[in-house]
Amino acid sequence: MIHKYKLCGYNIVLDINSGAVHVVDELVYDMLDNISPPFEASCSERVANKLSRFYDKEEIITCYEEIRKLHESGTLFSEDDYEKFTEQSADAPLKAMCLIVEQDCNLRCEYCFAEAGKYGFDECAAMDFKVGKKAIDFLIKNSKERKNLEIDFFGGEPLMNFEVVKKITEYARSKGKRAGKIIRFTLTTNGILLDDEKINFINKEMSNVVLSLDGRKETNDRVRKRLDGTGCYDKAISEFKTLADRRGHENYYIRGTFTKYNLDFTSDVYHLYEQGFDQISIEPVIGKPDMPCAVSDRDLPRIFSEYEILAKRILADKKRGKGFNFFHFMLDLDQGPCAIKRLRGCGAGSEYVAVTPDGGIYPCHQFAGFPEYKMGSVLDGEMDKALKKTFAGSHIYSKSDCVDCWAKFYCSGGCNANNYIFNGDIRMPHRFSCLIQKKRLECAIMMKAALADEV
Amino acid sequence: MKHVKTINEANLKETAETGGCGKCQASCQSACKTSCTVANQKCESKVQENQKLKSPA
Ligand code: SF4
Ligand code: SF4
Repeated sequence: MIHKYKLCGYNIVLDINSGAVHVVDELVYDMLDNISPPFEASCSERVANKLSRFYDKEEIITCYEEIRKLHESGTLFSEDDYEKFTEQSADAPLKAMCLIVEQDCNLRCEYCFAEAGKYGFDECAAMDFKVGKKAIDFLIKNSKERKNLEIDFFGGEPLMNFEVVKKITEYARSKGKRAGKIIRFTLTTNGILLDDEKINFINKEMSNVVLSLDGRKETNDRVRKRLDGTGCYDKAISEFKTLADRRGHENYYIRGTFTKYNLDFTSDVYHLYEQGFDQISIEPVIGKPDMPCAVSDRDLPRIFSEYEILAKRILADKKRGKGFNFFHFMLDLDQGPCAIKRLRGCGAGSEYVAVTPDGGIYPCHQFAGFPEYKMGSVLDGEMDKALKKTFAGSHIYSKSDCVDCWAKFYCSGGCNANNYIFNGDIRMPHRFSCLIQKKRLECAIMMKAALADEV
Repeated sequence: MKHVKTINEANLKETAETGGCGKCQASCQSACKTSCTVANQKCESKVQENQKLKSPA
């Protein structure tokens, strides 16, 4: 399978199964519309005649030869022979856990997927240390031979239960050490409760920290509000600056959401950059269509062009030796994850689970509170093997839309939770997210092509 | 090549044979979390290898 597209003056051809990225001239681009394997020794007369209306005959011959060689070397029209690997790592041990330490939140963001912390539950709850300990024990036991483990403090707002976060961290450190594990912690916060003590704790203990803010003050405060309706920008940004400065601007990122209200989100990304942040992620709001700030199919052309604007601007900065990391344009074309990893992406429900304050185990934070996806409880340490199997079996070859999708090895089949929430089936990709995913990939790959052009 | 410039190693197939060790980070790609595409992740094994190569013997 190949995918070809034009963007910002580049003609790009992706060979999906080998991962090759080719930048080609017009002739190759057009010829690829007319030929496919098996290849004869020379270009057929029909194709040569057709193209000779626009291109030189000699050029057509050399061009055909180049395409044939690429095919021979396995970097064009290469075979898809990965399905046989889908069983590999299907019964992989657990390696990551999201601890929903506090369901409640001190903000009421318009687009919150957790419904202000309730998730699917009737009420918000906070995790106590006892449950936290059980969760850590569960992770360490079920991680078997895996050495590197991840624990993610999530909410609601996890800092509303800071004492428990501290205790769990300490417990996990000592227990992990005894078990020979390396545990990396992450915490996601909206910044409202940050102070010196918490910043110092986070910077000492968390390998990564995720700071939630949507960009410009007016963008942010329109949707990210406190209980009294006031915006949270001023407090959050000042604490985030201190936090990022004190950790030397390493291993953090600031993440935001764009909605129908700020389809010009390039300005929000650049606002964050101008405030001194250099690890930035801004994502489209994903929510029910009846949400007032929701983006819809109608907004897609605007969103696509905004991604192009952003890509060009970042590229121009990069060429001047400046700039920052925008998460969705970061792509490592050579050293990225192995093909096995790319078959199923996030690993929710198999390598990764979320634990709620009552000890419930769910495939991930987004499934928390869906009774049909409760996998067990850390209190008795039992986990439903059938659900784990279902999730391990959710890979690009079991999702019919993904099998023929050019983005499959970059995307890995998208988000199972989104698929379930929107389509009622973890294996049915959420089309809107797919379209955005593909646009971002096209931009990211184009940027690589443009930078390769420099050398 | 005159008409084509290939800008990467195209080594996905090899990684299927050598990969699957599971040392790498889990990677939620949803908006509310790390929100990264899988492809922007690093292969932890390769990172470790590179570190070894760089550090003096
Ligand atoms: S973009 Fe959509 S269809 Fe393509 S691999 Fe991702 S989830 Fe599957
Ligand atoms: S299912 Fe979606 S939300 Fe859950 S871990 Fe995977 S990518 Fe993230």
